[in-house]
Amino acid sequence: MLKAKVTVTLKDSIVDPQGSAAERVLTSMKYPVESIRIGKYMEVILSENDKVKAEEIMHEICQKLLANPVMEDYSFELEG
Amino acid sequence: MKIGIIRFPGSGEGDCLEAWRVVGEEPVLIWHQETSVEGFDLIVLPGGFSYGDYLRAGALACFSPIMSAVLRFAQRGGLVWGIGNGFQILTEGGLLPGAFLCNAQLRFLCSPQYLRVERNDLAFTNQYRTGQVIQIPINHGEGNYSISDDGYRQLEENNQIVLRYVTPEGEMSANGNPNGSRANIAGIVNREGNVFGMMPHPERVMEEIIGGVDGQGMFLSILKHRERRTQHGA
Repeated sequence: MLKAKVTVTLKDSIVDPQGSAAERVLTSMKYPVESIRIGKYMEVILSENDKVKAEEIMHEICQKLLANPVMEDYSFELEG
Repeated sequence: MKIGIIRFPGSGEGDCLEAWRVVGEEPVLIWHQETSVEGFDLIVLPGGFSYGDYLRAGALACFSPIMSAVLRFAQRGGLVWGIGNGFQILTEGGLLPGAFLCNAQLRFLCSPQYLRVERNDLAFTNQYRTGQVIQIPINHGEGNYSISDDGYRQLEENNQIVLRYVTPEGEMSANGNPNGSRANIAGIVNREGNVFGMMPHPERVMEEIIGGVDGQGMFLSILKHRERRTQHGA
């Protein structure tokens, strides 16, 4: 078994209303915050032990479902 | 007319079903695990919260078995109409371009909204006038239509923008834009004109007693389109 830790974030070109709201609040609390981008974190346990194959599968999963390539970027790390 | 409404877990197909009954039609509900839409004249993807909007609105529904059949149906020229969550499913499934973000003000919006009909040469809008301002409610948390600069240029070049959010006077300004959608886009069609997605809910303004009848035009347009095609022997 391999575990993939996946991060999905909005592309830099996309305005992130949630991030902007959190940033405004932290700024009003006087923290030295430049900007915040809010994304998603996911853990996928694969029943595949070959790292090369697991990477291919993870790219496919991310492109097809976990991220929407129109507005999001993804990255992942494999462990285990 | 043979109308199919796709039911996903979490769909709100009841309003849509009732709306068709107002104009004298009795649609068939199709469970999302089915694999065929053969013989239908129109497929509706209704509003609601398919799969609880988990992951992203519409993202999980577009991998339901029925969606392969809907894709083939659309490719053969069949009429497909996505309303609200149905529009989100169409973009997630690649039948229409673009994607949806959280509303710009982060609030869930449920209110009457003015729209401008940008073209009336479609199966879905032939009972309106081009430029007509109509009032149809919106009801969404993720209705902020987003598309790349290139994608937007293509929408404009191919005349794919069908509905825009506007002020009561019909102006396409920031004031008239409730959710931050690019260029006030509320509804678009594919290049071929047979796949139409819109965020507002026309099925909720079908009778004066519930607040208006501006939604009827969409339903009557589709019936008129069907009637014309039947007369031409298609």
